[in-house]
Amino acid sequence: MLSTKQKELIAEIWGGLTPVAEDIGADALLRMFASYPGTKTYFSHLDISPRSAHLLSHGKKIVLAIAEGAKDISQLTVTLAPLQTLHAYQLRIDPTNFKLFSHCMLVTLACHMGDDFTPVAHAAMDKYLSAFAAVLAEKYR
Amino acid sequence: MVEWTDFERATIQDIFSKMDYEVVGPAALSRCLIVYPWTQRYFGNFGNLYNAAAIMGNPMVAKHGTTILHGLERGVKNMDNIKETYAELSVLHSDKLHVDPDNFKLLSDCLTIVVAAQLGKAFTGEVQAAFQKFMAVVVSSLGRQYH
Repeated sequence: MLSTKQKELIAEIWGGLTPVAEDIGADALLRMFASYPGTKTYFSHLDISPRSAHLLSHGKKIVLAIAEGAKDISQLTVTLAPLQTLHAYQLRIDPTNFKLFSHCMLVTLACHMGDDFTPVAHAAMDKYLSAFAAVLAEKYR
Repeated sequence: MVEWTDFERATIQDIFSKMDYEVVGPAALSRCLIVYPWTQRYFGNFGNLYNAAAIMGNPMVAKHGTTILHGLERGVKNMDNIKETYAELSVLHSDKLHVDPDNFKLLSDCLTIVVAAQLGKAFTGEVQAAFQKFMAVVVSSLGRQYH
């Protein structure tokens, strides 16, 4: 799993991103919609055009949840319990899409952080997002 | 035959024409070896890959990264014929190098991240989609001759 150093690095990065949660979240979502149009099917009830209120608020929700989890990664299952239920019984998003979103989030981070998104940070972040997605899908079946 | 829009063609030509292969190649390969350490299995004779610093400073990794980018350039120059362009390399990776084709996607993802970090805001969602489409075609071509 994640080393202590990796957990610290992840907590630090996400702590710094909470002030721009809206922008980061919306950017990642837009990238996902552009590269993987099938993902738009889950948003037919929302206006997901760039800078729309729905997109920004949804992006913010996602980033804040990821940031919250990053504060204490060893407690991820506890922190995400309500979201696990939501995704399993109401949203029922196919978990393959979590991978697609995670990839786009990594691209967003790269664009945002430039050289600061070092290979070490990238590795830690990829591990964390994979763990986050796995926990999110735990109640599916 | 892959159909490319004008935007996609222009985007790919633009990105690669402005790229420094000797920076981007090594960065992408070393990132792949760091983020997905199991890919190191193919580089047993590359010397010290013990940690991130060692990988990033390894001259054999750097050289190979540059070689890979030059290989990609062939696809950029032959966008309407990518399958044929990589047929020989596909056979090489299958029969001689015995590389699991899943690895091509891993390297492709790392290259995307490196390019994103360089271009920043200019790497929009649409540019990303075009870049990923190109890389997907290359990756598919490299896996095509496996049997």
